[in-house]
Amino acid sequence: MKILVAVKRVIDYNVQVRVKDDGTGVVTDNVKMSTNPPDDNAIEEAVKIKESGKAKEVVAITIGDDKAQETVRKALAVGADRGIHVKVDGIVEPLAVSKILKKIVEKENPDLVFMGKQAIDDDCNQTGQMLAAILNWPQATFASKIEVKEKSLEVTREIDEGLETIEVNIPAIVTCDLRLNEPRYASLPNIMKAKKKPLEQLNASDLGVDTKARIEQIKVEEPPKRKAGIKVASVSELVQKLKNEAKVI
Amino acid sequence: MSVLLIAEHNNTELRPFTFNAATAASKINEDLHVLVLGNKSESVAKAASEIPLVKKVIYVDNEIFDNFTAENYTSTILKHVDNYSHIVCSANTFGKNLMPRVAALLDTSQVSDIVNVISEDTFLRPIYAGNAFATVKSTDKKKCVTIRPTSFDPAPSTGGSAEIVKSEPGDKFESSKFVKREEIKSDRPELGTARVVISGGRGMQNSDNFKLISAIADKLNAAIGASRAAVDAGYITNDHQVGQTGKVVVPDLYIAVGISGAIQHLAGMKESKVIVAINKDGEAPIFSVADYGLEADLFEALPQFLEELNKLNSIQK
Repeated sequence: MKILVAVKRVIDYNVQVRVKDDGTGVVTDNVKMSTNPPDDNAIEEAVKIKESGKAKEVVAITIGDDKAQETVRKALAVGADRGIHVKVDGIVEPLAVSKILKKIVEKENPDLVFMGKQAIDDDCNQTGQMLAAILNWPQATFASKIEVKEKSLEVTREIDEGLETIEVNIPAIVTCDLRLNEPRYASLPNIMKAKKKPLEQLNASDLGVDTKARIEQIKVEEPPKRKAGIKVASVSELVQKLKNEAKVI
Repeated sequence: MSVLLIAEHNNTELRPFTFNAATAASKINEDLHVLVLGNKSESVAKAASEIPLVKKVIYVDNEIFDNFTAENYTSTILKHVDNYSHIVCSANTFGKNLMPRVAALLDTSQVSDIVNVISEDTFLRPIYAGNAFATVKSTDKKKCVTIRPTSFDPAPSTGGSAEIVKSEPGDKFESSKFVKREEIKSDRPELGTARVVISGGRGMQNSDNFKLISAIADKLNAAIGASRAAVDAGYITNDHQVGQTGKVVVPDLYIAVGISGAIQHLAGMKESKVIVAINKDGEAPIFSVADYGLEADLFEALPQFLEELNKLNSIQK
């Protein structure tokens, strides 16, 4: 079995994001970037399945500018076998990403495609479902547990009401929740070894995918600021304020 | 052109966020139609027809919809979209799972999780966990939009009498099978729509200590929330998680207890009307969004809080 895992380079989850003064986006210069957190879970799960002997190969793919390669190198350092970088500059919408991934799926013929359920930059939560749609594959979104069976996966999904379990035939798409597993750290020797693993480079235009944006970003603004609050000295003061000032209890 | 809202329901009744989505959908265009895909869900179709904003209900009855899977919903939705300019539903786990599958097959770039309708093609949506708001314009002919339900008031549920038209399902998807759903039943208000929410974080230390939170929740008729750290640690189940990848809540009163206030948690609660933070670390980021901060040990503060509430003797219903 072969597993393709899609990873995205995003602003690190610990960075306090700032909006650019001209309203064209957020500040990314000199800002720490890293792999989208649930994509780390996707890689970890694929590597675990390989380690259990149920998969032969894990291929990591990223789509983005030259620096996006860092996310593939990181995936290689934690156990992916080889990498693919599809070069595109600028914002690529999930629809275009899913079309690029479809081309790669047709070329690589993986049995499973894993990725994070949502990227923490645009918060779209679309790519996995879109890829499943255009491949006509089943989708197991928001996975917090995956059991690999002979020709299917049993996946526990996190839904608003609690948990749902579905069984999807292979080939299938899985989008991963942060609770799926605990991603490992790359050791220094493995980081060195990862530099020697193969990383294929392609251009989106060579794949014949139109990546032109369909959604025009008109402006990006700061969220409305909250009025500064106060500290109260005691529980009784808190309750008095909630009752008499805020009038919420 | 008209707007088609995909109803979220449990085969018996509409789920509450469908009413919020109806409000947003009718802001896009007043000619709002609702598509109900269910298994013996006549009562759901009837409930949809009673929303005064709704002009028409299309009801497809088939057992393939019993578990609301995105695959079976999508083929039927695609059969019904011809006369619509917009396909909309809530941006909760139901809509997040479903809508991109529909959008991709319409070759449409979906607009996710909108918090305001600016015009038929222009919407406001949060990005970067709500640390920025983007105004975006969709250039696709058919638009697929998911709606952040807590950003719109629920539509009135009675007074309407839209016509209900029966229709036929699309193909059944064979490669996916529903196994089971474990819903956590609670007598408390739903987290997404509660007027008061009290949430615990890693500071609670264990699941047993959440009793301190439940006692106050009982008193205030509040829903119980949690930070991701508390859910990860197994103190409480995932359906309580508030944050960027959990639920977004906008109650009148949000009480954060033992929650440090990571960006990802703030994304799910910082639009609340009044925020209270109880934390023993005076430097915790949660205090930066709190209207009322109490720097205290929660194990002392919570019992006192309950006692003070009992003194007030004002049970909120």
